[in-house]
Amino acid sequence: MRNLVLGGVLVGLVVLAALLSFAWTPFDPVKVDAAHRLLGFTGSHWFGTDKFGRDLLSQLMVGARTTLYVGVVAVGIAAVIGTPLGILAGMSPRWLGEFVMRVNDLVLAFPALLLAIMFGAVFGADTLTAMVAIGIATIPSFARIARSGTLQVMSTEFVLAARAGGRSRLNIAVRHVLPNISGLLIVQASVSFAIAVLAEAALSFLGFGTRPPTPSWGRMLQESQELLTVQPRLALVPGIAIAVAVLGFNLLGDGLRDRLDPRLAARV
Amino acid sequence: MTLSVRGLGVSSLVRDVSFEIGAGERVGLIGESGSGKSLTALSIMGLLPEELPASGSVTLNGRELLGMSEKDLSRLRGDELAMVFQEPMTALNPAMRVGRQVTEPGRIHGRRHRAEDLLNAVGLPDTARAYPHQLSGGQRQRVVLAMALANEPSLLICDEPTTALDVTVQAQILALIKTSLPAESALLFITHDLAVVASVCERVLVMLDGEIVEAGSTREVLTSPSHAYTRKLLDASDLEARR
Repeated sequence: MRNLVLGGVLVGLVVLAALLSFAWTPFDPVKVDAAHRLLGFTGSHWFGTDKFGRDLLSQLMVGARTTLYVGVVAVGIAAVIGTPLGILAGMSPRWLGEFVMRVNDLVLAFPALLLAIMFGAVFGADTLTAMVAIGIATIPSFARIARSGTLQVMSTEFVLAARAGGRSRLNIAVRHVLPNISGLLIVQASVSFAIAVLAEAALSFLGFGTRPPTPSWGRMLQESQELLTVQPRLALVPGIAIAVAVLGFNLLGDGLRDRLDPRLAARV
Repeated sequence: MTLSVRGLGVSSLVRDVSFEIGAGERVGLIGESGSGKSLTALSIMGLLPEELPASGSVTLNGRELLGMSEKDLSRLRGDELAMVFQEPMTALNPAMRVGRQVTEPGRIHGRRHRAEDLLNAVGLPDTARAYPHQLSGGQRQRVVLAMALANEPSLLICDEPTTALDVTVQAQILALIKTSLPAESALLFITHDLAVVASVCERVLVMLDGEIVEAGSTREVLTSPSHAYTRKLLDASDLEARR
């Protein structure tokens, strides 16, 4: 319960910042203001400004949009493709399941960042290619979790009873397997969300993600590095934002799993 | 309804098993663990694991069940054929409300039942909104029974339905099976408990190492067993007083 609340608050903070940024930001996040370069924490610029005089808080708020966007789309792609694939592999004859999982291993062996950089080179580096690449690279982890959960559920007596009750395979997959592995999938989704947020930051840091001048937490980090020794604030602000988002999603996933599983919910 | 099993074999675990059950008959299948009782039941339901194919013949009203497609089988299962399993703790989907689970066999076979009616019939009013983990073992077995009986099957197979329950609850479940099974429905009752057979079944089959070693009316088999194994079973049981 504590996880759920704390995770909800942290994620809520990020979501709120992103939503608010559509209507209002303290300053124009991309406006260069040479007169106010490298300000510290001041009354008008709460988190200060960067070397071009851009307001850090405004950038952070607009950057939250990018972060959520990437997380939702990447995890969405991975979950929507990976989960059915894993359930299919878990319910089909052994040779077919093995085949699907070996192909899965092949994709899993490929580093996500390398895939994203390749995608960027081929399709042009921007936020969309980054998150599609991160999404594709995350499919195997969903498929793997879904399959192992499915194998476990399929060996239970209630699935045998369901078959004895004349239920079709599709019915068993949707009504009996999926609800019983949803806890696993939610945890996987929250972990993947955190990884996707980090991957987007890393890609933007490397110049293969969100393109300037669109604010992104990863690029804010990258731009901070030349002034790291004199202005550590520039790295700390987006760094803490990333940490808050990642921690928030992990806690939220944990909390949701406890909440959604009727067996665990009784104890909460 | 006639279920006819002829020369059923499952690998070397079940060998040349033959018997017949007519409408309204209550037949017991007894034997120790590993004697092939459950495999025999699963063969009839078409639920054997992939790596254990069955040979021989199992017919229901003249229709061959062995080798029948999964689709045709699923039309019979839960409708003509129903089965109750041993372990009530795992026989229900933990993530689905009880009311939804009991009405599912009906929905699948195009019939509409009210969850309350089905649950009332097994003595469980006001449990439709509960999750399985909120019920006791005996209550869960009642739910499982309600699911199996929802479509008034021609043949109900019970695979040790009382083994995992304590003695008083056992008696309640047995009484419930006896009273709620429609008179024209046949029953194949698998157990290793002779007392249970004596109270539920008219006819009994004794299985040992994958073969049926003795068959006859319950009274005959329990009073004058012809096979040495049956005698051993009787000696080991506490049925002495009823002989």
